[in-house]
Amino acid sequence: MKEKLVIIGAGMASGRLLEDLFEHAPDRYDITLFGAEPRGNYNRIMLSPVLAGEKSYEEIVTHDAAWYRSHGIATRFGEPVVRIDRERGCVISPGGETPYDRLVIATGSASFFIPVPGRDLPGVIGFRDMDDVEAMLEAARAPGRRAVIIGGGLLGLEAAAALRARGMEVTVLHLMGHLMERQLDPAAGYLLQRALEARGIEVFCNAHTKAILGHERVDAVLLEDGSVHEADLVVMATGIRPETRLAVDAGLRVERGIWVDDALQTTDPAIYALGECVEHRQTVYGLVAPLYDMARVLARRLAGDADAAFEPPAVSTRLKVTGIDLFSVGEIATDKGHEEIVFRDPGRGIYKRLVIEAGRIIGVVLYGDTTDSGWFFAKLKAGEDIDPIRDTVIFGPAYAEGAAADPLAAVAALPPEAEICGCNGVCKGDIVAAIEGGATDLAAIRATTKASASCGSCAGLVEQVLAATLGDDFALPEKKGICPCTDLGHEDIRRLIKAREIKTMPALMQEAGWKSSCGCHVCRPALNFYLLAEWPLEYADDAQSRFVNERNHANIQKDGTYSVMPRMWGGMTTPAELRAIADAAEKYDVPAVKVTGGQRIDLLGVKKEDLPSIWADLNAAGMVSGHAYSKGLRTVKTCVGTDFCRFGTQDSTGLGIRLEKILWGSWTPHKVKLAVSGCPRNCAEATCKDVGVICTETGYEIGVAGAAGMDLKKTEPLVRVATEDEVAEYVTAFIQLYRENAAYLDRPYKWVEKVGMDWVRARVVEDADSRKALCERFEISQSVYRKDPWAQETGAAQRRRKWAPLADLTLEAAE
Amino acid sequence: MKTETTDWIDIAALDDIPPRGARVVRTAEGCIAVFRTHDDRVFALDDRCPHKGGPLSEGIVHGTAVTCPLHNWVIDLATGEARGADEGRVRSHEIRIREGRILVSSQWLAKRKAA
Ligand SMILES: Cc1cc2nc3c(=O)[nH]c(=O)nc-3n(C[C@H](O)[C@H](O)[C@H](O)COP(=O)(O)OP(=O)(O)OC[C@H]3O[C@@H](n4cnc5c(N)ncnc54)[C@H](O)[C@@H]3O)c2cc1C
Ligand code: HEM
Ligand code: SF4
Ligand code: FES
Repeated sequence: MKEKLVIIGAGMASGRLLEDLFEHAPDRYDITLFGAEPRGNYNRIMLSPVLAGEKSYEEIVTHDAAWYRSHGIATRFGEPVVRIDRERGCVISPGGETPYDRLVIATGSASFFIPVPGRDLPGVIGFRDMDDVEAMLEAARAPGRRAVIIGGGLLGLEAAAALRARGMEVTVLHLMGHLMERQLDPAAGYLLQRALEARGIEVFCNAHTKAILGHERVDAVLLEDGSVHEADLVVMATGIRPETRLAVDAGLRVERGIWVDDALQTTDPAIYALGECVEHRQTVYGLVAPLYDMARVLARRLAGDADAAFEPPAVSTRLKVTGIDLFSVGEIATDKGHEEIVFRDPGRGIYKRLVIEAGRIIGVVLYGDTTDSGWFFAKLKAGEDIDPIRDTVIFGPAYAEGAAADPLAAVAALPPEAEICGCNGVCKGDIVAAIEGGATDLAAIRATTKASASCGSCAGLVEQVLAATLGDDFALPEKKGICPCTDLGHEDIRRLIKAREIKTMPALMQEAGWKSSCGCHVCRPALNFYLLAEWPLEYADDAQSRFVNERNHANIQKDGTYSVMPRMWGGMTTPAELRAIADAAEKYDVPAVKVTGGQRIDLLGVKKEDLPSIWADLNAAGMVSGHAYSKGLRTVKTCVGTDFCRFGTQDSTGLGIRLEKILWGSWTPHKVKLAVSGCPRNCAEATCKDVGVICTETGYEIGVAGAAGMDLKKTEPLVRVATEDEVAEYVTAFIQLYRENAAYLDRPYKWVEKVGMDWVRARVVEDADSRKALCERFEISQSVYRKDPWAQETGAAQRRRKWAPLADLTLEAAE
Repeated sequence: MKTETTDWIDIAALDDIPPRGARVVRTAEGCIAVFRTHDDRVFALDDRCPHKGGPLSEGIVHGTAVTCPLHNWVIDLATGEARGADEGRVRSHEIRIREGRILVSSQWLAKRKAA
């Protein structure tokens, strides 16, 4: 009598197992195949093309009724196994008991639904089998219907593209900061998002789903931030869960998946398992390639080969959305010694990254051009030493004929209407026209178009336009980038951000051809500032791109402690505030209390973990951060003015406080200090500040661009005005002009040296519309940034936790 | 073959550290900085810069390096060695991620001089 082999699950893994088994031992077993789905095996990975209407169900069937019949397999489709009785050696299903000599569990996985209210509503569908596809198509039938996909991974994006192709309005809500974060780094995730958006798919990252709303059916998805996305259909693509219930009930060892050894045997020698439902050497697989390897091994085992053993392979991912080329392989390993090689071609939207360890490729991400994926993958699998070809490996096998990266791609890709010279409003098209009219160098361009004739900061870009247009006829002068990650200078970067409307850091690094995957300590703080200054409402400040002081809202001292300096508006304080400061100094054992030159009090030597508490105490006494640590507004020094001084001409203290209340919290390219003196005796030393105001009998003299550091420089007169309101307006406009144009880490005096006082006066003094517009833009930015960073950190306990150590192992060690 | 010689202790979730950021773990022998890179790898170094002892955990993390907040030495996260012209090295420690959790070697507990 033949041995009885029972297989639970008629999916891709067991389908391949049967084929391999018939190859090695066609007659050895009596086979019974159970399948919960009311159909035989089909190519599950082709469900997306079926959903998109590119293929029919019939086309993706891999084993039809005739095949099962001709191989003598007893099929029990539409009949789930409900229990395994190991003692009696049989499985139990609605149709009764079926005995086995050997049993194979191949139950795959099920869609994982995130536990939010409303997930059981009709219209909330997973993406796993043909029934799901049919349910989605049913929902897509009427025109103008909306689908919300929760989860921006492989499955979710395939569903999104397919439903969009069917004419639905599609929104993707993704929890993480960028799409497919498990396979892609932020740069590639950004390119992918851009490509999907170009197809009319809305994408929201950092989207935390709070609930699914609806009564009879789903109506909408509600996010934690309160936004609501209407939906006729919600696709839950939030992950898969290995289908292990039968094994758990049968008392087999189950970790995340059903535990198997290299022979794919479970803890019961008569029972094997393969496919997505298993865990092998702590790994659960979610792609078919390794499952096919498992099928081959198990088939040989079942055919009597005691040596067949499963070895975990490298697994690669491709997104199957027509027109989007994306490939990734290799795991996010924690091993040490990784280096990387990155290549970007912004003009063509290409991104390639190789992760290297000990001279070998261990990871690959390709976007936009995956032609070389096979070549890289082969090198990875073979563990080939790539050191000899390291300099060129990223260009792929065709390098011998191909050309290296084009550094001019970013400029070449600019549209003709992109503004190159901000001062004179000259577009790229004007410059190209001048070149076509015979201009061959910077001086000629300057003479004909006035581009770079004013502040000169766009000279680099103009030269690149020359080079891109003239080709070899123009030799680009050696250009110093702001850091080794880029060849672009500060001004070039600012202009690109504006001209291309770039609003995120990965986007900027991609478009500008960054040579590292995530920048360095020189460029990141600069880019963060440029982005938040240009797009205050859209760009989210990136704490990880700030120097420690701005990240921790305090100045780090040489021993790793911090200083805490509350704001004293205009240098004014009260007994109550002084008492609160004194109490805090004692409560937190502050080693030093110093009166600063900025007319306030510094508490030095505070421990990091005490920061939120000391801030909370000072907040409670009505004080806010003094930003003594920021590239932003520091202090406004004042003298006592008309309030008390016998020489005072105006209310210098009141004006100083007013200016400080307008400007505080704003980020600037470098620190900004102000002073207001009540008369020309100038007790507040206003003539060496970034902005200094001197009051006179008839009004106010505003001076700017002073310095009293390594350089010493008197302010230059900007304008003389009659009212406090005008002082506020002119000073605000000057600060905003500085914020919009200066290179990061240039103090105002350095910047003014580059652009000239005439250029500044033209925008702040002579042109009232320009001045008003600058003030308006400043106010928009301040609507986001005029707030106390301390108060943000002292709130929820969870927030405060980040200031404490991640873990304390000293306690455990003592045991 | 699976030969695991170390025991691993679960200390925290990966998400307790921001990407391109770091947090500190206290051990009996001093603080260890745990770094998370932009692509979700973790590394652990003594939280003392080889230059003048700056807290590396407060530096800017870029690629697989961190820049010390005090004088901008750039330290390689994988080797603990200073990059570029600077010379010096800080000890690195065993650490790994499993299912979104950060595991450290039990050696971290043993980092305690015989009392
Ligand atoms: C839309 C989609 C796209 C995909 N794209 C790709 C891709 O591009 N590349 C790639 O490599 N992989 C892809 N995959 C993953 C791939 O399909 C799976 O890895 C593969 O199907 C897993 O095979 P399996 O046999 O383990 O499980 P399955 O194919 O899921 O088969 C398991 C079967 O067991 C049945 N079953 C469960 N419990 C019982 C029970 N108690 N009794 C009887 N039957 C039961 C289930 O109904 C199911 O039919 C994709 C998956 C989906 C859903
Ligand atoms: C390049 C240079 C400079 C560096 C690195 C520097 C550094 C610092 C630091 C670290 C502090 C804060 C101390 C603390 O609380 O921990 C500080 C405060 C201060 N600095 Fe400087 N400084 C520089 C230039 C200047 C210049 C040019 C001036 C004045 C003309 C100046 C005047 C002050 C004043 C008045 C304070 C007190 C701050 C306040 O009350 O907000 N500094 N400086
Ligand atoms: S600057 Fe003039 S008004 Fe102010 S305190 Fe000095 S003398 Fe008095
Ligand atoms: S202490 Fe780290 S660079 Fe000086």
